[in-house]
Amino acid sequence: MDTETANKTQEVLSKTERITGSEAIIKCLIAEDVDILYGYPGGAIMPVYDELYKFRNEIHHVLTRHEQGAAHAAQGFARISGRVGVAMATSGPGATNLITGIADAQIDSTPLVCITGQVPSHLLGTDAFQETDIIGISTPVTKWNHQVTKASEIPEVLAKAFYIAKSGRPGPVLIDITKDAQFGELDFKYEKCTGVRSYIPTPKTNLESVKAAAELINAAKKPMIVWGQGVILGEAEAELKAVIEKAGIPAAWTIMGASAIPTSHPLNIGMVGMHGNYAPNKLTNECDVLIAIGMRFDDRVTGSLNTYAKQAKVIHFEIDPAEVNKNVHADVAVLGNSKDSLTELLPLLNENSHEAWHQEFKDLYAIEFEKVIKDDLHPTKEGLTMGEVLKEINVQSEGNAAIVSDVGQHQMIACRYSEFNKTKSNITSGGLGTMGFALPAAIGAKMAAPEREVVAIIGDGGYQMNIQELGTIFQQKVPVKIVVLNNEFLGMVRQWQQLFFDKRYASTEMTNPDFVTIAKGYHIDGKRVTKREELADAIKEMIASKESYFLEVCVEKEDNVFPMIPSGASVSDIRLS
Amino acid sequence: MNEEIKSFTISIYTENNIGLLNRISAIFQRRHINIESLTTSQSEIEGVNRFVIVVNITEAQAQKIIGQFQKQIEVIRAYYHTEEETIFQESGMFKIKSDLLFNEPQIQNIIKESNARIVTVNKEFFVLEKSGRRNEIESLRRDLNIFGIMQFVRSGRISVTKEEMKITEMLSAFNNQ
Repeated sequence: MDTETANKTQEVLSKTERITGSEAIIKCLIAEDVDILYGYPGGAIMPVYDELYKFRNEIHHVLTRHEQGAAHAAQGFARISGRVGVAMATSGPGATNLITGIADAQIDSTPLVCITGQVPSHLLGTDAFQETDIIGISTPVTKWNHQVTKASEIPEVLAKAFYIAKSGRPGPVLIDITKDAQFGELDFKYEKCTGVRSYIPTPKTNLESVKAAAELINAAKKPMIVWGQGVILGEAEAELKAVIEKAGIPAAWTIMGASAIPTSHPLNIGMVGMHGNYAPNKLTNECDVLIAIGMRFDDRVTGSLNTYAKQAKVIHFEIDPAEVNKNVHADVAVLGNSKDSLTELLPLLNENSHEAWHQEFKDLYAIEFEKVIKDDLHPTKEGLTMGEVLKEINVQSEGNAAIVSDVGQHQMIACRYSEFNKTKSNITSGGLGTMGFALPAAIGAKMAAPEREVVAIIGDGGYQMNIQELGTIFQQKVPVKIVVLNNEFLGMVRQWQQLFFDKRYASTEMTNPDFVTIAKGYHIDGKRVTKREELADAIKEMIASKESYFLEVCVEKEDNVFPMIPSGASVSDIRLS
Repeated sequence: MNEEIKSFTISIYTENNIGLLNRISAIFQRRHINIESLTTSQSEIEGVNRFVIVVNITEAQAQKIIGQFQKQIEVIRAYYHTEEETIFQESGMFKIKSDLLFNEPQIQNIIKESNARIVTVNKEFFVLEKSGRRNEIESLRRDLNIFGIMQFVRSGRISVTKEEMKITEMLSAFNNQ
């Protein structure tokens, strides 16, 4: 929004005027700089949709084909832009369909404001048509939620919703608004929320703890950093880079932290966790100081807590006090925003290089390359690998694409092998592991960052969980690139069945439709690749396309993703085959 | 970390908002922690509610759930305390047939010795109230059971801490911001 428009908006909003609740909702959204929202109309939200029609030049509404698609699209929007994503739905099934996206946003700390319509307040609790207790249902998966039953409450509640969603550790907020509140009138005046007395979004950084952290790091012989999404959310990428470069610390990332530091950075030692890289997992149990930055020691990262980094002093930089000592005991906890605390840490650090220590990572990488990476990226067998598809996308997009991955084997391959030159380039469902996430999330990501190449990497299973969003892509003309890696299996579950359930492939084999024909039915151009020699040209054509493009790559049916830490095992027990 | 399971009194100071009880109980539910008793009322601070919840857990669990409570937007502050750190009471009410009061002299002695209070007396029944520790109320219940109790109810624990809670300071700091 340019300054002149912003001033005009401010002028309009600062005046008190008598309007309906529905109009107030739209004006609140405008005041919060919302220019795009994802949703699906229905009976209990119709007054708001009616107002949206009037304000269609100010706010673009994207009609997804399912409310789950709306929530994921809003997530994709938020993750690539750092802004609040907005999704809207009607009461009952509309609201419950948002829940998966909301739960996903909660566990992955994504700022969302979801607005749901509700039956008129006099019908609340009567099992009225399309009534569900969405406040009760969404309570465990929202950062905050609230039901509005009077038009006059709307400005204050929505202002609070946006403030809570985006401040501190971000998260989803749900506001449920009864139909009579939408129809009712109020004297509208909007003031942005700047604080809630019971809520401390960012705890103050204690300088003493920063000093203690610096002392431990300066004395360390084998320090190692594991950073998470907190770095991206706190916009601390430059500060993290400065810290690792000054102190010469090898730095690994969790799946949610991917892309904060370019993949090619010499101190970037790869991904930790169940399908992370060999060296950072193995050496987690050999480092003397483990510095966790904006990450929460998820069980997929730590494996067995009984054996996780027991030899190391642990420093935890964290914005959410509830995460400190939740899973791993922190010898030093530095509370606060990662940008602020790393800024304070930097001048206290000694310059260092830790060359011998870094060599240990290189040696283990060489083993991983020989046993896993070589076959993934430069296969000699006939069948196509997922890894070589990613490698070709890296080449054609020059490492500048934002990769939106779904959930499963392809997700792990996408995170392991994507070259990320820019931050906020890895958009995936980390904590909840939501199949069906990528296609709608890619829509939101591309709409938020039209200048970026957005490539969705999806398995044949997850693709069919929200395949209807091809309709949204077609209608909205979103030039998102869709790559389905088809192995005709629910690949990750099949891998587990192979390794841990005696190859009993119970209900994991998929007989798939003709995906290219389906894409073409939605007027999306597409191609199916089955041979290695067709791959490079097909990806080149896809990247060159100015419109949305669908590419199906038929890959080896029973490939596995390695390395792998079996569920509940120690990070040291990481397997290469 | 002390892994011994103990009785902890959790005090949660909150804004007075609908739905908060749901959020708080969900935190116990997710962790399979059984609530022994729960009392909620207005606190010493205008507009601020206080939950007093008794649970049997380890201290490590107590520390972690306190973090989860404090994460809730409308929770102002949460604390946990051991029994030694608090002064606590419960209250029990007993409804008993009136003729027993006059025909069983022993009942009058029980009332006197237990320091129970007669709340009301009418033709059909009388009501006793007894405040104190759980075992005192239970002991009275056992004594009266012999004669027959028409209705019995016991409240959740109410408790104050021996040490000062700096909640008021915290709130005034916010108001002065």
